[in-house]
Amino acid sequence: MSNQLTTEARGQEWRSRFPTVNYLNADYGIKSWLLTKDHKRIALLYLLSVTFFFALGGAYAAAIRLELLTPQGDLMQSHTYNKVFTHHGIMMVFFFMIPAIPAVLGNFLVPLMIGAKDLAFPRINLLSWYVYMVGAALTFAALLAGGVDTGWTFYVPYSTSYSNTFVILAGLGIFINGFSSILTGLNFIVTVHTMRAPGMTWFRLPLFIWSNYATSLIMILGTPVIAITVLLLALERLAHIGIFDPRLGGDPVLFQHMFWFYSHPAVYIMILPSMGVVSELIATHTRKPIFGYSFVAFSSLAIAVFGFLVWGHHLFTSSQSVYAGMIFSIISYIVAVPSAVKVFNWTATMYKGSLSYDTPMLYAYAFVGLFLIGGMTGLFLAALGLDIHVHDTYFVVAHFHYVMVGGTVMGYLGGLHNWWPKMTGRMYPEGWARFAALVIFVGFNLTFFPQFLLGYMGMPRRYHAYPVDEPLWQVLHVASSGGASILAIGMLIPGIYFIWSMRYGRFAPANPWPATGLEWRTPSPPPTENFITTPVVTWEAYEFRPIEEMKVVGPGEPDQPVGGQHPINRGAEPETRE
Amino acid sequence: MSLIRAMTLAQVTVPFAPEQASTFAPEVDALYAYLWALTILVSGAVTALIIFFAIKYRRRQAGELPRPRAGSMVLELTWTIIPLLISMTIFVWGVSIFFRMYRAPREAMEVFVVGKQWMWKFQHQTGQREINELHVPVGARVRLTMTTEDVIHSFYVPAFRVKMDVVPGRYTQTWFEATKAGRYYMFCAEYCGTNHSGMGGYVEVMEPAAYQQWLAGGTGSESASAQGRKLFQDRGCASCHQVDPGGQQGRGPTLYNLFGKQQAIQGDGTVTVDETYVRESILNPQAKLAAGFQPIMPTYQGQLSEEQVLQLIAYIRSLAPQQQNAPAGGGGGQRGGPGEGGGAVTTTGQSPDVQRSNPIGPTQPRPSQGGGSPGSTGPGGARAPAGTNPQPPGNP
Amino acid sequence: MATHADAVEAHGHGHESAHSALAHHFDNLEQQREAGALGMWVFIAQEVMFFGGLFLAYLIYRMKYPTAFMAASNHLDWKIGTFNTAVLITSSLTMALAVWATQVGRSRKVQVGFMAATVLLGLVFLGVKAYEYNDKYVHGLIPVAGLFNPEPKLVQEWTEAGVTVQNVQMFYWLYFAMTGLHALHMIIGVGIIAPIMWFAWRGRYSPEYHAPVENFGLYWHFVDIIWIFLFPLLYLLGVHFGKGH
Repeated sequence: MSNQLTTEARGQEWRSRFPTVNYLNADYGIKSWLLTKDHKRIALLYLLSVTFFFALGGAYAAAIRLELLTPQGDLMQSHTYNKVFTHHGIMMVFFFMIPAIPAVLGNFLVPLMIGAKDLAFPRINLLSWYVYMVGAALTFAALLAGGVDTGWTFYVPYSTSYSNTFVILAGLGIFINGFSSILTGLNFIVTVHTMRAPGMTWFRLPLFIWSNYATSLIMILGTPVIAITVLLLALERLAHIGIFDPRLGGDPVLFQHMFWFYSHPAVYIMILPSMGVVSELIATHTRKPIFGYSFVAFSSLAIAVFGFLVWGHHLFTSSQSVYAGMIFSIISYIVAVPSAVKVFNWTATMYKGSLSYDTPMLYAYAFVGLFLIGGMTGLFLAALGLDIHVHDTYFVVAHFHYVMVGGTVMGYLGGLHNWWPKMTGRMYPEGWARFAALVIFVGFNLTFFPQFLLGYMGMPRRYHAYPVDEPLWQVLHVASSGGASILAIGMLIPGIYFIWSMRYGRFAPANPWPATGLEWRTPSPPPTENFITTPVVTWEAYEFRPIEEMKVVGPGEPDQPVGGQHPINRGAEPETRE
Repeated sequence: MSLIRAMTLAQVTVPFAPEQASTFAPEVDALYAYLWALTILVSGAVTALIIFFAIKYRRRQAGELPRPRAGSMVLELTWTIIPLLISMTIFVWGVSIFFRMYRAPREAMEVFVVGKQWMWKFQHQTGQREINELHVPVGARVRLTMTTEDVIHSFYVPAFRVKMDVVPGRYTQTWFEATKAGRYYMFCAEYCGTNHSGMGGYVEVMEPAAYQQWLAGGTGSESASAQGRKLFQDRGCASCHQVDPGGQQGRGPTLYNLFGKQQAIQGDGTVTVDETYVRESILNPQAKLAAGFQPIMPTYQGQLSEEQVLQLIAYIRSLAPQQQNAPAGGGGGQRGGPGEGGGAVTTTGQSPDVQRSNPIGPTQPRPSQGGGSPGSTGPGGARAPAGTNPQPPGNP
Repeated sequence: MATHADAVEAHGHGHESAHSALAHHFDNLEQQREAGALGMWVFIAQEVMFFGGLFLAYLIYRMKYPTAFMAASNHLDWKIGTFNTAVLITSSLTMALAVWATQVGRSRKVQVGFMAATVLLGLVFLGVKAYEYNDKYVHGLIPVAGLFNPEPKLVQEWTEAGVTVQNVQMFYWLYFAMTGLHALHMIIGVGIIAPIMWFAWRGRYSPEYHAPVENFGLYWHFVDIIWIFLFPLLYLLGVHFGKGH
């Protein structure tokens, strides 16, 4: 058992098992990381950064839930509370959700999955991380200097004329951060178009690639709009020119239109990559090709395209015209259909599959169930007459947390577990991981389901306090806060065992699950240029074959099988080398 | 369509919902119940299938290789088209409710609403003013014409299932018909700054008789239009604008019977004389100048509060052949409307009018009486927001 | 799996004739060129959306305050605008010629000459723009509170036309935002072409490898096209406005 080996012995085993240099040990020293152009290393840089902001955003969430335990605003002052939920939103949306899957898993996997040596523009890739860090640093500086209290939506004229917090600094950070996702999206689009390995046709691409491609389209076409909007906001606040100020002939609702023109598609930036991850997880862990591959692939593009046409459903109560409301409502229903198609196809894939209970698959099960609820409650909000009541209440809060946490975060965690062996060359502890998945699932539902009920009962969002003479409200808030503590514990466990596994985890074979993608046909962890020789794809996507036939690409060891003899029993015994 | 109509009118009560206190409430609840039924059905079915598959087709041997299935066009079309059709039923249902919410009936009791960090100010057409409390009778249609002195707010009464944003620089409207006497929460639903969660109060729905009694309690209050008429005279509007039928055209357009009509404007086109146009013409007179007049009217930006503008509108609206919108004024005697930017709007001798109430606990003290300037925010010690008084336009 | 191995072999030959400009992760120059060109097109799409936000704001307020925008536009000198448009279009021509010169392998003097002409014309454009900005400053038309101080004559003229000063200010604010952002793109462009000229002088570009020149050409033409939209929207709006007065 590898756990019982001494450090030296483990090091020796490492060296004996990985005779070739891999991307992690190719070079050492801080400079080799900070100046790396290797997409895999940049992915790890991103992993560190987004984890930091996820933890920070989580801490703010904890403060919110603690405050709402009691109806009185007794833990902090209103002013502080407003900053806390604003910081929670900004951190989670701009610095965790949007970069999480594309910049971490996408960066790591896109070149590997299509059989390329790197992304098309490695320097731009590194630049995008630095741009992200600069944006994050500015926003973080705004928080340290005293914070922002406008809500992550920055609605005018509050943000331009009334708030006396650090709006410009935070806005500048978000403006700069936007270019990071533009650069990532640009890199992905070009890479997928021009860098595919021989034989890797569009319809042999893993669905993760399709969904990241669709995401990149949104990043390219949506992010510049939020950039210019935030810039206008900052200029308006600085010079008070009146573009959003009715006193000077401007229109405050124009800001909402411009803001949501990006920020609604941004929701799809968050969920689409996660859908891609789940497609991979379900195929891998049922050992079946995704049912209706092309429908799942095109539904990603359909979501990206229609996602640009529904922003107005955030403005049903903003004095938008009734006909505009109707158009945005009906398109919102149309954009729901491709999501439903994905869910049905995933379910159909499971039919007569070989379904595992490995941790990544547990997250995939959770994703489908929670995303269904998140998606279906979206139908409530798109219904004009009903949205009037639930708009800006906890119903909305619950809805988007079901999509964002139940969807994106579940997909992200599932993906992280699934590709952890590839990224680090080590296995995470399966038992702990399953336990954590269960805790997260329970904690999540307990946190957010009561919020649907609270919302319908009329609890507005962004409220520091709520009526004292409504005991039921408090009961539901306490349940939600209790769930949040469980969720927090659930989130801490993977943090601990992932770090633990980097040193003590079992060694991962090249293809532990085993799966079909190209990324599994190279050693774990992969060499710097990903493949020993350029792979040539002669098989369809998700074409499962007997394990003996799925081999590491490369002339060196032609007969090396990629998995152990008992793939489920991954890593328990050293990888078989014939 | 008639099925939808029937479903719309169904009396449904759902758990975890606020009281149904308006005509909209049962309709919205019915749609809500329909949607939960769909959600439970669909996600229940899919979840059950997943659990069933996960057990039935669990991996039994390490190396097992299920038979691949590429897909099925019939199935794909089925689960594309059926969800689309189902979602269209929701769409149509949602729109049918929305249409009724959106179209405020003309023949309704009107209340002017002005939002302000962090309070709601109401004025009835009969003149009563209230803060954070709104008294309305059961069974009457109440139309709210709303605007704000500062940032965006949103008027929300969960028991009525009614919500509408209150946007600076324009009027928004919503309406309801209360069906049950009682005291219901009123919230601000659009985040508006430090004391956002304190910007609430109650809607007091009263039996008509009690409501009449309440109205009578406000002795000597003038109607909104009468207050408007006073303003009209005090601010010198009358020196340019004629208000009598057949009067000589002054330097400005004659206002008699103008409201609701089409007015030709300088340049091209016409504009309907509605609340928004009248407001714009008072605050920014040159924006849409009536054709044939010189641009000589000074702006009243910063000189009239939103409430005063609304009173002027009420007056101008009353200048019509049939006086449906203007109950006879109380004859004057009372001095003055609210001061500019004044928070506590008191008119002497009106006991029920000025009540501050707040459903949300005592830890969010309201600004003290009379100190209603948004700068003082209670014990939080938060400074007055920098832009509380936004700069006037940067031109001479 | 013999077919695999064969194909890998066949593919491997791409590396043998590696050009010095070929980055390690590309198989050949053709792939690298395609990637670069597509990258530039995607970048331009992104830029279109970036400017799109401003165009949208312009469109909305132009429709809301048509007379004010015409009156304000009347104070932009359409003759200077036309001159600058001609300068910029000519610079696009010289840039296209620079691309052509590298594509067909003309001498480095020709390459650099066309690029230098492009830079020169770009600088002329920026100089004229600076002159215009200064002119607005002198007339108190910088739309920032405090600096916006138009002459009484102008205010009088606007008032007679039924135009409010603040709507005129809105026009100038959009004028400065849009032309300023455009000028920023020009300045960045000049910054980018400088090293390209240096490489061209060193003889780096040849018919096989000239992707940087081509991609920069795309960027430069894009910046031109933005101006082609800006010019009529900002300058030509008010040409007929003044006739009545």
